[in-house]
Amino acid sequence: MAGKRWFERPDAMAVPSRESAADPATPEFYTRCPSCTELLYDEALREAIKVCGRCGHHFPLEPELRLLSLCDVGTLVEHDGHLVARDLLGFFDSKPYKARLASSQKAIGRSDAFYSASGAVWGVPVEVGCFDFRFMGGSMGAVVGESITRLYERATERKVPAIVVSASGGARMQEGVLSLMQMARTCAALGRLRDEAGMPYVSVLTHPTTGGVAASFAMLGDIILAEPRSLIGFAGPRVIKETIGQALPEGFQTSEYLLDHGMIDAIVERSALRSTIGRLLRQLLGLPALPDEGRTTGTPAPVREAGSA
Amino acid sequence: MDVTLDFERPIVELWRRIEQLRELEQSDGVSLSSSIEQLALRANELQQRIFSRLTPWQRTQLARHPGRPYVLDYVAGLMTEFTELHGDRGGFDDRAIVGGVARLRLPGTSVDGLPVVVIGHQKGRNTKENLYRNFGMARPDGYRKALRLMRLADAQGLPILTFIDTPGAYPGVDAEERGQAEAIARNILEMSRLRVPVIAVVCGEGGSGGALALGVGNRVLMLENSVYSVISPEGCAAILWRDRAEGPRAAAALRITAADCLELGVIDGIIPEPAGGAHRAVAETVASVGRALAEHLGSLSGLDGAALRAQRYDRFRSLGPVDALK
Repeated sequence: MAGKRWFERPDAMAVPSRESAADPATPEFYTRCPSCTELLYDEALREAIKVCGRCGHHFPLEPELRLLSLCDVGTLVEHDGHLVARDLLGFFDSKPYKARLASSQKAIGRSDAFYSASGAVWGVPVEVGCFDFRFMGGSMGAVVGESITRLYERATERKVPAIVVSASGGARMQEGVLSLMQMARTCAALGRLRDEAGMPYVSVLTHPTTGGVAASFAMLGDIILAEPRSLIGFAGPRVIKETIGQALPEGFQTSEYLLDHGMIDAIVERSALRSTIGRLLRQLLGLPALPDEGRTTGTPAPVREAGSA
Repeated sequence: MDVTLDFERPIVELWRRIEQLRELEQSDGVSLSSSIEQLALRANELQQRIFSRLTPWQRTQLARHPGRPYVLDYVAGLMTEFTELHGDRGGFDDRAIVGGVARLRLPGTSVDGLPVVVIGHQKGRNTKENLYRNFGMARPDGYRKALRLMRLADAQGLPILTFIDTPGAYPGVDAEERGQAEAIARNILEMSRLRVPVIAVVCGEGGSGGALALGVGNRVLMLENSVYSVISPEGCAAILWRDRAEGPRAAAALRITAADCLELGVIDGIIPEPAGGAHRAVAETVASVGRALAEHLGSLSGLDGAALRAQRYDRFRSLGPVDALK
């Protein structure tokens, strides 16, 4: 269970801050909102956990910031960051899979696309993890599958709830049928969490969650929450369009569409995710309400709003 | 089925000449038996040579051949007293997946007469049938029907046999609307918890999540010329090389053949097909599958519910080895 505390890692927050470096009309240290074109100061955008202050557009969120935004201050202990993929297929497209892995690892500073940790939300100990979409589209190969499986197994062993935040294009083609098997590996472990620990699992769907990730643990939450306007579905919109040969309905495969069709429990703005999960977990586990609605969480220091660490 | 694949042509050509000689023999009353014998020998040699070095793409074509046996052919050949059970109890009956209860007929084996729940993808053999069966591409309703039948088997202690043959789960608006992803996910999870023996046979195309949704077995077997993949070769090629015509290249890169899957640990055994492929000798293929089912069901007969569940868990838990950095 031993892992490094994030705050002891000097590089923990050293993530690229520019969101649109190629745009010449966007000055240094600023990002343009792709939704409303507002110019946003990078530091302020990070303070707002990457949500546009003007239109509410949710930018992709780095895993470090994601988990800090969800968990109580000082509670996060990372796991399984040392796992690395094997190239069992010897896969080669325009470049070898090994080279693809190496360049993602170098660019992002992580071994693969999933970040998991023990932590607490509103004082409830949890096992939590999230995808890094920047790493090969958040695709799930054996390392991601193993990390998520271990997350559920740790939660089962410790009898604590599990939380997984998804952002993934699905299974990782470069690992072939073994990546498909990660769907079974993870779901089986999730089954044990229910059978043996009886603990709830909260699945948070963010933009985008599709393919083999959607068709496994992501859609199996006891509670399924989605960030607004995220693309969520099994098949990609392009594939469906090609199959049926006609235009797709307005808003198809968005969070709002899934809510309308009974597929998710609620759409929750990023800034409200922590309080929503904290409140629900305390209720589901029969714990007393927090007197100040979770603004303090059993840790001596008051917790500032998410993203302020 | 009268579909001849490109690489089968030289063999089929020889057979046609043999057939012509036979007709000549009949009509003219001359003996051509030595020529026929020679040609037959050549045809067999050629067939063996071609089939001993099939490329992954050629196997993909065989796996998709409309003359291959589908689930209802296995039911007809290996079982009696089949009652098809319909519907997901949510408003739909998906005809791309059929299921029901039947009795195994495998004379001389320990499982002869055993009641089982059988479930599988059913493709059509022509356009009309394929429209009816939606080309073996199930909607969520099909997976929910399958789950309902698996729960019935679990409650009554009946073994479950699944026959997997699908290009993939159906990518359509109605399928998404009714929760394709959730239906597949639910099946995968629930299959992992079953307390009865589950044997999954990939008998044609093992197309991604739509295949795995029937594929979480204590034993997973593949017919010799079937394929099992995370994405169709064409789909993979479209993403990697922006060209669906590069399917053959993707088929090789993805390692989708039975031999590859066995090497990767994804399956437990390969069921041999008759010379020339399953579509050339359906009854023989069905019998070959019957022998494998008897063997593997027999090997699971000593395990109780908890052991079956644990064995299945461990089986899938170990798939996908990773390395650890120092």
